[in-house]
Amino acid sequence: MPSNGTINLRRGFDIKLEGAASKTLTDLAISAIVAVQPPDFPHIIPKLVVKPGDEVQAGAPLFHDKDHPELFFTAPVSGEVVEIVRGEKRRILEVRILADKKAASRAFQPINPSTLSRDQVVNRLLDSGAWVFIRQRPYSLIARPHESPKAIFVSGFDSAPLAPDLGFILEQSGSLFQTGLDALAKLTDGKVHLGLPVNASSVLQQAQGVTKTVFNGPHPAGNVGVQIHHVDPINPQEVVWYVHAQDVVNMGRLFAEGVYRPERIVALTGSEATERGYFRTVQGVHLKDLLANRVKTDQVRLIQGHVLTGQKTSQDAFLSAYTHQITAIPEGDHYEFLGWLTPGFDKLSLSRTFFSWLNKNKSYRLDTNLHGEERAFVVTGQYEQVLPMDILPTYLLKAILANDLEKMEQLGIYEVSEEDFALCEFVCTSKINVQKIISDGLEMIRKEG
Amino acid sequence: MKALRNLLDKVQPNFEKGGKLEKFHAAYNAIETFLFVPNHTTQGGVHIRDAVDLKRTMFTVIIALLPTLLFGMWNIGYQHYLAFGVESSHTENLLFGLIKIAPLLIVSYGAGLGVEILFAQMRGHAVNEGYLVTGMLIPLTLPVTTPLWMVALASIFCVVLGKEVFGGTGMNFMNPALLARAFLFFAFPAYLSGEVWVDLTPEAGRALVDGYSGATSLAVVDANFTATPSPWDMFMGFEKGSIGETSTLMALIGAAYLIYTGVGSWRIILSVFLGGYLMGLFMNVLAPADAPTHIMHAPAYYHLIMGGFAFGAVYMATDPVSAAQTESGKWIYGFLIGAFTVMLRVFNPAYPEGMMLSILFFNVFAPLIDHFVVQRNINKRLKRALQ
Repeated sequence: MPSNGTINLRRGFDIKLEGAASKTLTDLAISAIVAVQPPDFPHIIPKLVVKPGDEVQAGAPLFHDKDHPELFFTAPVSGEVVEIVRGEKRRILEVRILADKKAASRAFQPINPSTLSRDQVVNRLLDSGAWVFIRQRPYSLIARPHESPKAIFVSGFDSAPLAPDLGFILEQSGSLFQTGLDALAKLTDGKVHLGLPVNASSVLQQAQGVTKTVFNGPHPAGNVGVQIHHVDPINPQEVVWYVHAQDVVNMGRLFAEGVYRPERIVALTGSEATERGYFRTVQGVHLKDLLANRVKTDQVRLIQGHVLTGQKTSQDAFLSAYTHQITAIPEGDHYEFLGWLTPGFDKLSLSRTFFSWLNKNKSYRLDTNLHGEERAFVVTGQYEQVLPMDILPTYLLKAILANDLEKMEQLGIYEVSEEDFALCEFVCTSKINVQKIISDGLEMIRKEG
Repeated sequence: MKALRNLLDKVQPNFEKGGKLEKFHAAYNAIETFLFVPNHTTQGGVHIRDAVDLKRTMFTVIIALLPTLLFGMWNIGYQHYLAFGVESSHTENLLFGLIKIAPLLIVSYGAGLGVEILFAQMRGHAVNEGYLVTGMLIPLTLPVTTPLWMVALASIFCVVLGKEVFGGTGMNFMNPALLARAFLFFAFPAYLSGEVWVDLTPEAGRALVDGYSGATSLAVVDANFTATPSPWDMFMGFEKGSIGETSTLMALIGAAYLIYTGVGSWRIILSVFLGGYLMGLFMNVLAPADAPTHIMHAPAYYHLIMGGFAFGAVYMATDPVSAAQTESGKWIYGFLIGAFTVMLRVFNPAYPEGMMLSILFFNVFAPLIDHFVVQRNINKRLKRALQ
């Protein structure tokens, strides 16, 4: 395999669930209403540049960030701005567009990004709205264009439960992925890193101009945070950027074809989805168009994303900007008589306290039951089993709970994100909300820093 | 089950705020969650959760304790009939043990859980499952002749001063069950040393056999290590001692289960044995040549099968709350416990069972061990940043 190295990760856990997407791709018609949702983007304050009644083309600005006016958030489709949905304190929740059938896009000059200067690449990405899909660590914010990251990371696979097969998705878009990588290469003086799974598809293996590293191991090996940690860890004052592979494709299209379309191939997964597969659509579509008649409706939890870090959603919501997967699992609001005493052949656990370990290859139809009540922190060593980073999870969490900023820094908070700790939360015997603690800690550091 | 659920739902309002039985909310909650895993669902964060909870974890430890409990029962009967020279079947041995041990268990659970529920009610939190294990550990570490009032006292002491004064389960820095045991050991030494290990309730028409001695292996080993029972007997547990501690084999079976299920730390268990064995070998080197039966000459593995070494390594040192919590810290912590136990046994005959003191001692040092491990991680990160 043409790669620059392999990193074997022993720690982690593959949660085998029922309901993987079958490898069929369906093109969806664009729904009547498409929405861009400012709350999808953490820590921005939207300033509108459109009002209801305005006609927009795909790639035309809808709003920008008050503190960073260069960050434009643009329309995914052409049509008429019909409604600005606001919440408490007039916070903007949705900018709704009535999509027309013309699919008119702002036209850019098709050009090979390798021939452009950094500024030219930056400007086109900012101008089109594609920039907001470049994010940074620490803090998982939208990248700051004037900063120069020490490296850019793209994970070539998703190891989360029922995650979409990125290799399959990338095969649908030909050489656009490579063009996108070429554009990214212009943005940093450092390297562009591409994380590969063990049996990477040819699109990934043939990628040029990037440093490839194979990650061999269970989830969260596909998390970009884990890959950064092992390839080029973040020290205080340093910034790295990362981009989802699908957005690299969209960036490639922006340069190669001169149009910006925030396309999404979304995997519909989960035991409660009746028609599972891949669906091609755009950011912001109404979920009803994607989900209607394809998921059960009774006692179902719909999740934008996967079961570890996704957001609870409903058929009336819109596809969030960073969503690549929708999962439907059963709600678990039921009592279970002496559930903690049963042999538990159908109870998934990292521990072998239930007899489900007898069948290692079984897939589970897990529901949202908490399986117990929150308790004080008692059992040790569990987090360490599923966090493939040289980080002491328990001590980092304790430093956050104690508001000890210095310890948090020393113990590596810059290197982590909520998603890297999602498995810790899954396995936690005491049912502690680990991701919430990490996100509080990151928020604390961000405000102080 | 539906009827039971309906009954619980019907009486529940009485126990909630403003209900007439509000004072018993903690007790109601404990019973309800014991019978039914609650219908709580995930809200933020992950949407699915591992099936394990603290109840299941503690239940697993109880299962792992069963071999020592059952063997302990049998051995209590065996030792009793042996003292009187009575031929007895396995069933008779077991039955005798059961009759003697059941009251200890009932008192330990009754007194301890009572105090637990009281504190939960006072503090407005749920009753923790930790005592399910502690309540069984306390009798297992005591001689069968311990008076019941003393067991009750120890249980109450263990919950109040071993746990609740530090903030409850998860906050205690010493192993509560061992603290209870140590409390009795120092407060009532006469009841916990000497001829207390065998139940000598008279047998009709029988007298103690000639030359009967109630001393444990640890009491005799100090003067003459060859006076101990055979290594096989010590390994199997056919010797005198606290109810659960005599059989190394049973503790190892429990250890296998704890390690396999992932509930007990294999690092701690292994390193305690390693520490004890290596220190035993070291003692052999130092052994005085002019005293060939001195304990220092005892083969190193004797220390691992004598007394409560295995029981302590498997069930006490591994208590996740009071042990070292970092993975590399666990190695150091276990090793020191094992090594220190052998040192105590050899150099301080006043405390023949070094295991208990050694574990409590390193409970206190566990945070310090962890501190160094954490510091090493911090330094590594710092060094990387400075490059």
